[in-house]
This record gives sequence, structure tokens and C-alpha cells, in this order.
Amino acid sequence: MAKVKTKKMVKTIPEWCKACGICVAFCPVKILKLENDKIVVTDQEKCTNCMLCEMRCPDYAIYLEEQE
Amino acid sequence: MSQGSQLIQDNFRDNRLPHIWCPGCGHGIITRAIAQAIDNLNLDKDKVCVVSGIGCSSRATGYLNFNTLHTTHGRALAFATGIKLARPELKVIVITGDGDATAIGGNHLIHSARRNIDITTVLFNNKIYGMTGGQSSPATPYHEKGTTSPYGTIDPDFDICKLAIGAGATYVARSTAYHVPQLTKHIQKAIAHKGFSLVEAISGCPTYYGRKNKKGDAVDLMHFYKDYALDVKMAEKVDPEKREGKFLIGEFANEERAEYVDEYMKIVERLRQEGSQDE
Repeated sequence: MAKVKTKKMVKTIPEWCKACGICVAFCPVKILKLENDKIVVTDQEKCTNCMLCEMRCPDYAIYLEEQE
Repeated sequence: MSQGSQLIQDNFRDNRLPHIWCPGCGHGIITRAIAQAIDNLNLDKDKVCVVSGIGCSSRATGYLNFNTLHTTHGRALAFATGIKLARPELKVIVITGDGDATAIGGNHLIHSARRNIDITTVLFNNKIYGMTGGQSSPATPYHEKGTTSPYGTIDPDFDICKLAIGAGATYVARSTAYHVPQLTKHIQKAIAHKGFSLVEAISGCPTYYGRKNKKGDAVDLMHFYKDYALDVKMAEKVDPEKREGKFLIGEFANEERAEYVDEYMKIVERLRQEGSQDE
């Protein structure tokens, strides 16, 4: 049986975000933006779970977590 | 309450976060890569000791949740040598910066490499002294600016990887804050390697290096590393004109040589046996 991969959700910790814009610039599907200098996810559905935002966030303010 | 990803919760003192590094500083990315490498290797956390010196990079030991030691300027490797000789079963990882390791700590770096002592050094190279206000360091590129070199430094910069290889390090690699998977892989191999290993992790300093040299913000610095880093394996294949202005990343050395603690223990054992024969 093929392994079913559960899709992960993008989670953010606005208090840790310093608005450097790295995740926004490198998100391949462009679903991240800064609003009042804090990170916001605009469209969870489009996320490909590539993990680039989590890997390159210097402040650990954005990450992927499996859905409950 | 614990916050952050599982990796952060497992390996960081998350009550110390957010950290003090500037917005867009690459140090956070590299520190996470170190935690990821340790996590991937499944090391016993009590058997990991992270030692740092002084500078922006060396703040990392405050955030990592292992045995940690924040020591004096340039001397992280000296403290780490003591730890490794006293407790050889520990995985000793040194976090240092370009100023910390190649200026005031230059001697400790070359002699640790010469001894081939089993320590992993992750050198955060932001090409400037960030903490004290942007003075140029031995890694500031030739003709680039810092607060102590407003017209561009006339001191040629060190190639830190070549320096480590020349001094005798047996695992040497370079990556950047942009190339995170490669960086994690190099740190992982360096920790598993027996002998002195050095991973130079190029980090962006938007606050001083980026601003002084008009290289833009954090995102621009990341683009610079993306566009100008050339893998050492690729470098042999591409045309010379495509190599112009680029810097090399990848693995530069991976060899085996007698390790210092082993050699020391052999002497201890030999003298013990000779002593017991005399009785």
C-alpha cells in the first residue's frame, strides 16, 4: 500500500518574527507576507511543505507541523 | 509554555527565545542547522558539549540546550581541548566567529588543527565584527568596508578553509546560510568525523557588513550567496569565466590521521604498563 503523507500546516510565532523577509522572498508558492511587520500565511492550501521557510527562518518563527 | 517546532523544543532553551541577533542575521539559521545535525545523528544530549568564545556567533551557546560553555575571546578551542582530554567520550562542538577564531584565537585554531584533536568547529563567518559595531575582521574581503576601514580594507582576507587544511584539519567544508541542507550535511559529517573538523558557515550580517558595503538587506545577502556560491565539484567542470567572482562551497578535505586524545591515551597506557613492570 502506498504511504499516505499527511499534509503539514504552516505555523507562525508572530512574537518571534523580526520581519527580515527571508521566508517571504524564498517561498516558491508565494503564500507568505508581512503585515504590520509580522509574518502572515495567506493561503495554507497552496503550501507544498517544502520546508524552505522553516530552514531559513533565522528566528524560528515559522515552521511546519502535522495536523492533529 | 514551550513554543516552536519540535526541533526547537527538543534542542533549544526556548524560554530564551527570541534571540538577540538582528533581523535577518544568518546566525539563527546556522544554529538551527547545528541542532538539526545533532538531531539527525541521534546523539545523547548529555554527551554533547557546545563551547563558544566571544562575539555574535558565540551567543549561540546561550540558546542551545546541551552542556554549554561560553568562554573568553578566541579561547573556545583551548577550553574545548581541556574538556575533550578530561572527558573523551563527549562530542565537543565549538561555535566561533571569524574574528574570534582567526584573529585573537588564530593560534588556538591552527594548533588544534595541527594536533588533529577530535573537536568539531563551526565557524560562523559574517565577515565583520558585528557585536562591537562593524570593525573589519581578518575575513572581511579585500577592499570591502568596515567601521575601521572606511575606504575599504587593504588587508587581504583569510581563506579560512585553506588555513585549516594547511594547519592539518582532517575534515574541512564550507557552506552558507542560504544552502541549509548542505550546511546541515557538512556539520553532521564533521561531528561524526574523528579528528579536527571545521565547517565554515557563511552568514549574512545585514546590519553592518551589508549596510557598510551597500550589499542590501538580509534577502539581498541571501540572493548573493545563492548566485555567487559555486560547489567545488562543479567548479572543475565549468568554464573559467563562469568561475569569476564566485566563491567555493562544499567539502575540501576528508582524511584520516592519528587523533590527539588517542595518542595521549597511548602514552598514558604505555607509562602505566612500564610503571607496573618496575614494581
